[in-house]
Amino acid sequence: MEADRGKSGTQAAPVTVRIQAQDFDIATEIAALTGGRADIGAVVSFTGLCRDEGGRLSTLELEHYPGMAERAIRAIAQLAAERFSLLGITAIHRHGPIPPGGNIVLVVASAPHRQAAFDGASFLMDYLKTDAPFWKKEHLKDGGAGEWVSAKDADDKAKAKWHRKG
Amino acid sequence: MSVRIVYFAWVRERIGKGSDEIELPAQVKTVGDLIAHLSTLGEEYEAAFQVPGVIRAALDEEHADHDEAIGGAREIALFPPMTGG
Repeated sequence: MEADRGKSGTQAAPVTVRIQAQDFDIATEIAALTGGRADIGAVVSFTGLCRDEGGRLSTLELEHYPGMAERAIRAIAQLAAERFSLLGITAIHRHGPIPPGGNIVLVVASAPHRQAAFDGASFLMDYLKTDAPFWKKEHLKDGGAGEWVSAKDADDKAKAKWHRKG
Repeated sequence: MSVRIVYFAWVRERIGKGSDEIELPAQVKTVGDLIAHLSTLGEEYEAAFQVPGVIRAALDEEHADHDEAIGGAREIALFPPMTGG
């Protein structure tokens, strides 16, 4: 009975992952992670938005590998929760057409103290960039078939920095 | 052995379809062998796998290196480096 009550440290942190076409609401997701508990001292949220590329972009198309997309992000979120002793973590990634200014991805990490929450959110994003099966295609206002966005070396380096930290 | 191969992004576009169902020749043991084999199936495959080293793969939805054995995988995915987030 005791165990049932507990959002204590021994309980596995809630890991929520959603892959969806529709938009998300940041305040709702933060409330879902923090509501009904008083052991959380820090919540960090990161939102990735669609840039307009200097006004040239008409739409960003996000292709994904259904099934694996959720599986891959869940594995990273689980890893982040364990490594930084998070109290909870939520990751939402959208797919389909996204207009300039629209939301693409949300990560919310909660922990007793701020550093773990910052690190957890950052770690998840760095791994997600290189390991989650999503691909961006830019459709520009001046027409054409659109161009696939190239992967960046900087993203590989951002992920690699977590290897050294042990 | 017949396996399902799924393609994404520009790999899918160059091949002109999202998936294939193929019989794996006996000599195709690894992901790298599969990419080399697919490259022989026609111009569109050759275009998709022109630079084999950039192609990423997944066996039953788990990332796999080119030297990894295909084993009993039922679905093999081939795609460019990922650009989500």
